[in-house]
Amino acid sequence: MAIRVVFLGSLRDVAGGDERDLDGPLDWDGLVDALGDAFLWHLHSARVRIAVNGIVLANKEALAVCDGDEIALLPPVSGG
Amino acid sequence: MRDIRLLGDPFDPGALIGSFMDANRGLGGICTFVGKVRGSEGALALELTHYEPLTLPGMKALADQAFARFDLMGLLMIHRIGKLHPGEPIVCVSAAAKHRRDAIDTVDFCMDHLKSAAWFWKREQRAEGWHWIEPRAQDHADIARWK
Repeated sequence: MAIRVVFLGSLRDVAGGDERDLDGPLDWDGLVDALGDAFLWHLHSARVRIAVNGIVLANKEALAVCDGDEIALLPPVSGG
Repeated sequence: MRDIRLLGDPFDPGALIGSFMDANRGLGGICTFVGKVRGSEGALALELTHYEPLTLPGMKALADQAFARFDLMGLLMIHRIGKLHPGEPIVCVSAAAKHRRDAIDTVDFCMDHLKSAAWFWKREQRAEGWHWIEPRAQDHADIARWK
């Protein structure tokens, strides 16, 4: 069991794949560290939302996940 | 009658609308919008990705909002995912109501929200490769009409 991180939209290209497993437990700083420099700007962008187990977080910096949880990184959705 | 779905394969909007109309006996009017993949210059294909835990639940919540806001009998909301080619239907929204205004406004409301707030990410394939489609300012203006 691990924490599954799912990358949506263009963040898939940044990650070089659809998902990645991380060791838990993890808070916001832990996630930022684990994903590394490539994600720094994206994670701090107000336009990138985070969902945990299918619920979009109102405040992503309050993230607290453990093994078995799924985090999704959600860039802005495409328009028409 | 509600029919809210994601489809991974091509669909025939006419067939869906026919059975949707039959399922809403006594309706006064039906309004339907079918969106197709634009044949814009150089675009070979469009790929839609979604996120299972959010996308369909989000569409169902949008249907709840439409039912709360308008006097509706039925709502059909079908969205494609996967790889599509120019000319293929990508979305179909059909609303059945006693009176035309509710049917017309429901479709407009649902389309504005599907375009700017639903959990879909699109990328376009061109000769030189794939390009992600970014949100447009117009999408935000469209959704603001309903605030």
